[in-house]
Amino acid sequence: MHLLETKNISIGFPSRHGMFVAVKDVSINVSKGEILGVVGESGAGKSTIGNAIISLLEPPGKVIEGEVWFNGDRIDNLSSEEKRRLRGRKIGMIFQDPQTSLDPLKTIKQQLVETIDLHLRLGRKGSEQRAIELLEQVGIPDPELRINHYPHQFSGGMRQRVVIALALSGEPELIIADEPTTALDVSVQKQILDLMRKLCIEKNVGMILVTHDMGVIAEVTDRVAVMYNSKLMELGDTKQILGNPQHEYTKSLISAIPRPDKRIERFPLVTYIEDVVESTDAFNISEHWLGQSRDFSMQTANDGTILEVKDLCMRFQTTNSLFKSKRKFLDAVKDVNFSIKEGETFGIVGESGSGKSTIARMVTGLYKPHSGSVNFLGKEISSINHTPEVLPYRRQMQMVFQDPFSSLNSRMKVMDIVAEPIIFHKLASSKDEVRQIVLDLLKLVGMSDDAHIKYPHQFSGGQRQRISIARALATRPRFLICDEPTSALDVSVQAQILNLLKDLQQELNLTMLFISHDLPVIRQMCDTVAVMQHGQMLELSQTEQLFENPQHEYSKHLLGLMPKLNMLS
Amino acid sequence: MFSFLVKRLLQSVVVLVAVALIAFSLFKFVGDPINNMVGQDTTLEEREALRESLGLNDPFHQQFYNFMVNAAVGDFGISYRHKVPVSDLIAERAPATLELSIISALLSIFIGIPMGVYTAINRSGFLSRSFMTVSLVGISLPTFLIGILFIFFFGVILRWLPTFGRGEVVALGWWTTGLLTWSGIKSLILPSITLALFQMTLIMRLVRTEMLEVLCTDYIKFARARGLHERAVNFGHALKNTLIPVITIIGLQLGLVMAFAIITETVFQWPGMGMLFIQAIEEVDVPVMAAYLMMISLIFVAINLLVDILYAFVDPRLTIDGGSKHG
Repeated sequence: MHLLETKNISIGFPSRHGMFVAVKDVSINVSKGEILGVVGESGAGKSTIGNAIISLLEPPGKVIEGEVWFNGDRIDNLSSEEKRRLRGRKIGMIFQDPQTSLDPLKTIKQQLVETIDLHLRLGRKGSEQRAIELLEQVGIPDPELRINHYPHQFSGGMRQRVVIALALSGEPELIIADEPTTALDVSVQKQILDLMRKLCIEKNVGMILVTHDMGVIAEVTDRVAVMYNSKLMELGDTKQILGNPQHEYTKSLISAIPRPDKRIERFPLVTYIEDVVESTDAFNISEHWLGQSRDFSMQTANDGTILEVKDLCMRFQTTNSLFKSKRKFLDAVKDVNFSIKEGETFGIVGESGSGKSTIARMVTGLYKPHSGSVNFLGKEISSINHTPEVLPYRRQMQMVFQDPFSSLNSRMKVMDIVAEPIIFHKLASSKDEVRQIVLDLLKLVGMSDDAHIKYPHQFSGGQRQRISIARALATRPRFLICDEPTSALDVSVQAQILNLLKDLQQELNLTMLFISHDLPVIRQMCDTVAVMQHGQMLELSQTEQLFENPQHEYSKHLLGLMPKLNMLS
Repeated sequence: MFSFLVKRLLQSVVVLVAVALIAFSLFKFVGDPINNMVGQDTTLEEREALRESLGLNDPFHQQFYNFMVNAAVGDFGISYRHKVPVSDLIAERAPATLELSIISALLSIFIGIPMGVYTAINRSGFLSRSFMTVSLVGISLPTFLIGILFIFFFGVILRWLPTFGRGEVVALGWWTTGLLTWSGIKSLILPSITLALFQMTLIMRLVRTEMLEVLCTDYIKFARARGLHERAVNFGHALKNTLIPVITIIGLQLGLVMAFAIITETVFQWPGMGMLFIQAIEEVDVPVMAAYLMMISLIFVAINLLVDILYAFVDPRLTIDGGSKHG
């Protein structure tokens, strides 16, 4: 008998325009001590299944067909009070973002004791004892001391451990983990996954692990269910699905995963995904406005160096005080040196807080460096920030941001968004010309013909990132800074965007500063890589050399944390 | 904490001086106080002598300097009209206003917050919808109109409650209270509800909106996923998080309640500071006006400071120095 089984369930959200079916006819099952992965891209319905099992669907969502069985009992038709009793006690849940899943105003002791006492009736003292044991089990050092702290006093990884401790506090038999490591750094991700694996075996708990990350799937799951467009595509052993996928969708999904083990020229086109217009046929870039009217009057150095950064430092004040000696600072970037040659893609890799985005912001002039210099096309641009004399240099340098949802002004039409830099830098002589340029740009990045009259919210994440790229290209820059351009995107969309960036770079001879926490992506994109930790640049070498033969201990450590995808065909 | 307090106190002084300066320069335009003080048969010489003795002929900065120096030790001069020290006048009127505004504030907090929570939890219930509809009236009708309507219904037609004054008051030292006599309490009902109505509906709508937002957060969802009872989720986790932004608004509104009391006091002939101020304007009683404005701004500044300190106690994520506590 399975611990949990869904029999042909469909989940729907009634609305004014009829029923929106988020999950169609899905049958999965988990046994004790087993980890079942549910993988799929955003909107595939994978989280909805998890929420339906624990009956926490956002109203008005409901199971419209099929049955859910738990331990031999049907649970989808229970009363809401009976369902509440299952939650926490029989079925636990772990959410994606540890930053937001704990009540910020209560100590973790209050939250743990409340839950333990509710389920196990141990009383105050007993619950407290149990809470400390749990914290110890999930690997929190000094549990007696830490238990009195508030959630904000823990780091992301520690907080996710607290969340796991809370999910375990009712001693459930099944745990549903919804993207439990997506918000975490790769080294923390590894620890959390190991912990979950260990708990599953020790406590003989079944687990449903919902994720979009094939690396996570490969690392810990026993079996995988692949979901696409509300439907179950394929269900089988992890080895079989990754190594020998049967379904067309699974094949194309796996082909889109950046390989950590070798560099490929382009990602094979992800044919199964709809919202892309591959229109490379349209125009010859070298004869076009974009290719022709670029401004090469500013010369690179003799050896082709376009950007040179020397002894760059940035510090942020963390504690304010009337007295100078009592003020505390955080050195976000310490004495960083590097130079980039024209046409090269320079990668910066590191975990969150390592200072990689801060460098990008100093190079673009969003932050003023504490000390050090940024030399771009022979001009020192960090100190003279917003003067007219620096504008032509800034024009040559554009940025694509991480979050495609907040980096476009939602009150402007796409036409105005892309036209703004052209108008600001006075790059076109008439309105008609601006319009024509914008239309061409949108076509170049693979947007459909009517895109310019729409607003950003009418597009998906990947499409918005294309608009961001079009906007960055609008000033005809020679230097493009991409700050985690794909980390908010699904893997198939990521493959498309990375392909697009590669194509543009070749056609326009762009220089790129490419920032990412994702080593496989770095390997696919960059010529040279810098590894950063705590604001310092630890290693700087050719990409292939770094991956084949890392020098610094931390680089070796990071590379060791990469999920092994050697099951891939 | 220490540097924060020093900084805030310095800011407060700057605010108070600015208010005094603005108020003082406005008084130049409200009319000539001498005209209201003397009879028609006073000669020009006598008027000039009075003007001189009151210091009205001094240059502006001299007048302002004298005012500030005296105000710093609590001396606001002598009322032109009542011929008694302004501080005595205010001390005599303050209990009436404070009693009225504190009762109103308590009413609006202790009715507004539960109503807000109720309407957030039972979003589509009949009672919630009625609350929301009625609250529109409270938010859109001006205070004086509500006051007059109350007087008309409860005073004139039904004859249940008195429509003006404080009723009988009992003196406790320098403080006079209407809360100890039946007629005093009855007199307080209409004005305090009138004054509270706007704040009550505002707080209710604010709490409702904040609560709805908090109920959508991950930690509420996670609390549910742990199987906690609805009651524990709503009141143990959601309410406290709701109240953090609400505290600021309540603090600011508390100051407004006292300032708005002017209108309510006028409508109900309530013998408080608001009435005193209105009369002072009519009679160009500059010392009274100045003292009143200074006092209201002092109250605002004090409440703001208190709210900021309170914030640090309620929300463990904040320390008052701007950094974050890390363990």
